This record gives sequence, structure tokens and C-alpha cells, in this order.
Amino acid sequence: MKHVIVGAGPAGVVAAESLRRLQAGASVTIVGDEPEPPYSRMALPYMLINQVGESGTYLRKGATHFSDLAIDVRQDRVVGLDRKQQQLTLADGGSMTYDRLLIATGSQPTSPPIPGIDLPGIYSCWTLEDGRNIAARAKPGAKVLLMGAGFIGCIILEALAKSGADLTVVEMEDRMVPRMMNDTAGGLIKSWCEKQGVAVHTSTKVTGIEQVGDGFTVTLSTGDSVAADLIVSATGVRPNIDLLDGTGVETDHGILVNRNMQTNDPNIFAAGDVAQGRDFSTGEYTVQAIQPTATEHGQLAARNMAGLAGAVHRGSVNMNVLDTIGLISSSFGLWMGADGGDSGELLNRDRYRYLNLQFNDDILVGATSLGLTEHVGVLRGLIQTKTRLGAWKDRLIEDPTRIMEAYLGSTQAIGFNAAVL
Amino acid sequence: MLKALQLEPEKCTGCLQCEMACSYENEGVFNPSKSRIKVFTFHEEGRFAPYTCSQCAEAWCMHACPVEAIVINADTGSKDVLEDVCVGCKVCTIACPFGTVNYNADSGKVIKCDLCGGEPACAEACPTAAITYVDADHTGLERMRAHAAQTIPRDQ
Repeated sequence: MKHVIVGAGPAGVVAAESLRRLQAGASVTIVGDEPEPPYSRMALPYMLINQVGESGTYLRKGATHFSDLAIDVRQDRVVGLDRKQQQLTLADGGSMTYDRLLIATGSQPTSPPIPGIDLPGIYSCWTLEDGRNIAARAKPGAKVLLMGAGFIGCIILEALAKSGADLTVVEMEDRMVPRMMNDTAGGLIKSWCEKQGVAVHTSTKVTGIEQVGDGFTVTLSTGDSVAADLIVSATGVRPNIDLLDGTGVETDHGILVNRNMQTNDPNIFAAGDVAQGRDFSTGEYTVQAIQPTATEHGQLAARNMAGLAGAVHRGSVNMNVLDTIGLISSSFGLWMGADGGDSGELLNRDRYRYLNLQFNDDILVGATSLGLTEHVGVLRGLIQTKTRLGAWKDRLIEDPTRIMEAYLGSTQAIGFNAAVL
Repeated sequence: MLKALQLEPEKCTGCLQCEMACSYENEGVFNPSKSRIKVFTFHEEGRFAPYTCSQCAEAWCMHACPVEAIVINADTGSKDVLEDVCVGCKVCTIACPFGTVNYNADSGKVIKCDLCGGEPACAEACPTAAITYVDADHTGLERMRAHAAQTIPRDQ
């Protein structure tokens, strides 16, 4: 059996390792188009602040990790797919056949159509090469303009602020991290950033960028203009599906897959940021583009590529955790609430502490937290196990911080249950 | 034979010596907020429950880590955080469905139970044997793992 994986990110690497475990004799090849060993984009912000070197971003640390597993990692770019011949065309002119193909090509940053957006010196923070460029320019005192305060923008924001840059953030929506945080939490993150000396403009667009000497003048939709030495763009990403144009493999926002991570071609699978996979909470198929989902997809795709029965995707819980200059936030599942559901909320604006729980019946279906670093994962556990909370629901509505007690009390031998469980 | 922590809430008096011992063993300070094991209080039931990582086979934290900073300890089977590799991204803290990986803002890294390398200080400190370190087969570990497996959710 010959498995070919296109893309050397977390989904591709996890799939390759899983395939090796499941099929000792199979051929497993990863084709990635970046020159570095497989690395984690998530770790790039930590490289920006010199917390880790480049090798600290590598997905696997052993120099011979992939060769030890007989996984062939090749640097090349796939430019063509022939489904009939089950063959890929590579940019270097070669070709490669497959029995099972996994598309794990991830996503790429998009730029809004703004005059001047293509000027040299405007970077996304997406590749290791971008990271090097930003790190070289984001010096203490440098004026940095960050476009976009979504999840990725906020992760970079943390690194840019720590590097001592004079930072301005522009977000077109009405709050920070709008797709992860509600009004209350997004508003608190904004006021926290402002307190740390970051200028934050929400409900504001960048309308033009002009080169002035070594730097830029950036015009905003408010009519203001801002001087910048460096511009970092984090306005969104889109799945890398161009490879499939004209091949008949069905795509929507991402690649359409069934619950076996399989496309409409039974020999072709998709995983990670490029795959439009099942969402646990809604049952709908969406591109989540988060690390835990990418690795789940990778494992599931591998089991199906190896022909294992029963490897059916029940859906991934959409979740994120973010550190915005020391203010830690997280959100899970239906954080915006379920129709006809209830909620419990605890808010202390002065201390930037917030916990919002969303229930459907007596099951936790979503949560948002600010300033919570202890036992936060249990929110995922309660959501994904659909634990019936019984009397604990009312206790949680009264005091949302008792999430661990609710979990233990509902699932473990505590109190009067001890004798029977 | 692999050993594991056996936690028996019905024997716990809530004295918190396990938290003190854990914090001292791992951080060099007596600070329960730095403890990897926590005692939860159930006023309504008049009970206390010590709880920490069960070193589950699924190892959600380990698989979620983007930089291979969580590894299996070959001697004890525990999933250990490599502090010099951890970048502090906290993805493991939301991935662990038991809530037993925590972020430590002082170090900028995550912390979790590593069984103290095979001599867990909490078990040694517990005066009522509510925490013992015994053969894994005897701990109800299977029950905990069965629960862990449920986190691969039921069909909708």
C-alpha cells in the first residue's frame, strides 16, 4: 500500500505516524513545499520573542525521527492531480503515484483589497520565513501596525507587544477575536490591551497604505492616519484547495469530507485546516482550522486510509485558547449559546475575570473564560461527553467556577454515589 | 508492573497535605496553587475528592501539543512535560478533558502530574491513605480510562 500525504503540518505528520503504526509495511511519503523540517505555525509567535529558536518550532525534535519511522519527507510542490492514474505531478518535474492520498495542505493568509497592500515590508505571520522577517524588524520602539485582531492576530499581538514595539491594532469588526469571544469578553480583551499601551481600533478598516521613506503611512476608515515601520497582516486565512481545481474532488469553503475524512473520490482523503470536517456541536461541516482538530483529523484519516473499520468522525469540538499580553482566554463549542438553552455567568471587570457557561437541557454545550488557567480543559470534557449534570446545573449557574466539582460529582464516586459506582 | 495513583474520596479528610507536598516537591514552595493534585470540596455531600491526571492512554494533551513537549515516561508510563521544549501555548490545557493540565503564569509553561518520577509525594504525604500508589490494575484506572474513552463522544 502506497500512502502519499500532501502537506507537512500537524495533520499530515500525525497521519503519517499513525499510518506507520497501523501498517508497518506500507510506503508513507509526505510532500511539503517549505524548506524547513515539519514545523508548527502555532509556535512561530514564541520564536518572534526568542523564547525558542527555530528548531523549537519543529513538530518533531529527533533529527532522524522521520527516517527512523521510514517516513519519506520530501520538499516539493504538488502542481497536478490525475485521479484516473492515481498520480501527482510535482513542481520539480517528477511525478508520484498513490494508492491512498491525503490532502493536508492547510491554509494560507488572505489580504483585503487595499491600495498598497502588496508593498514590500508588509508581512503575514504564517511561515517560518515570515517569522524571521518580522523578528528582524519588530525592535523595541518600532512602530508596528497589526491588521486584524482575530485569533491569529491576537497571538501575534502578544509577541509583538512583548518585543517592545509601539503597537497599533486595527480590526474591522466591533470587537477583538469576534469569532471566539462574545461582546463582554472581546470588550475586556480590548480594554486590557489598551491598559498595556496598545492602541486598538475596532469597527475600523485600513483603507490605504503608502510608502514613506523606510516606513508607511496607513489611512484608516475613521479618517485618521497612522505611521508604521512595519505592517503585519492577519486578516484571515483560506484553505489551500487550488490543487483540486478541475479534478472533480468536491470543495466548498474547504475540501468536503464524510465522517471517514474521505472525499467524493474513495482513494482521496483530507485533514486539518483544508478539510471541511464535522463540528461536534452543530453536526455541520466547517473549517475549524485549529491544532487539536488537525491532529484528530490526521489520526482519523490514517485509520480510514489503512482500511480500519469503525473510524468514524463524531465531530471535533471547536475550541481555542489565547494569551493576550498575559490575559488568558478560552472558548469552547457553542460559546454563543444554544437556542432555548440556559446560561450561567460570572464577571469581575476590575480583575478581568469572566466565566460564561452555556447549557442545553442539563448538558454543558459551550463556554467562554477570561483569566482562568486552572482546570479549563474540563469544559471540553463536559461538552464532549455530554455529561448529564442533573443538580449540578443549578449549582453551576449559581457559581460557574465549580466546573471541576460538577465534573467529579457527575462522573466519579463522590459522596452518596461512592458505594454504588 | 505499571503503578498508578489510586484516589479514594471516601477516605479524604480535606487536610490538603497532598497539595503542600506536591507543591514543595515540584516547585520548592508550600503553595497549594502550584500543586498538580487538587482536593475538591463537596459541601452538599460532606465530602472531599483529591483529583489529578490519570495518565490516560488517550493522552489528549500529548497529541494536542504542537511541539512534542509532552512525552511518555518509559519507566512510569506518566505523560511528562518537557519544560525546556514547552512554548506555553496552552493548547494542552484546553485539550485535556479532565482539566488536569494547568498553565503556570510564573514559568510561562504548563504543569501536570508526572508521578514524581515514580515516588509520588502526594501519596507519601496523605495521612489517611486516600491517595496510594499501587499496581495500576487495582486503581479503578480502567474505570477512569473508560470514562476517558467516552470523550470520543457518543453519536448524536
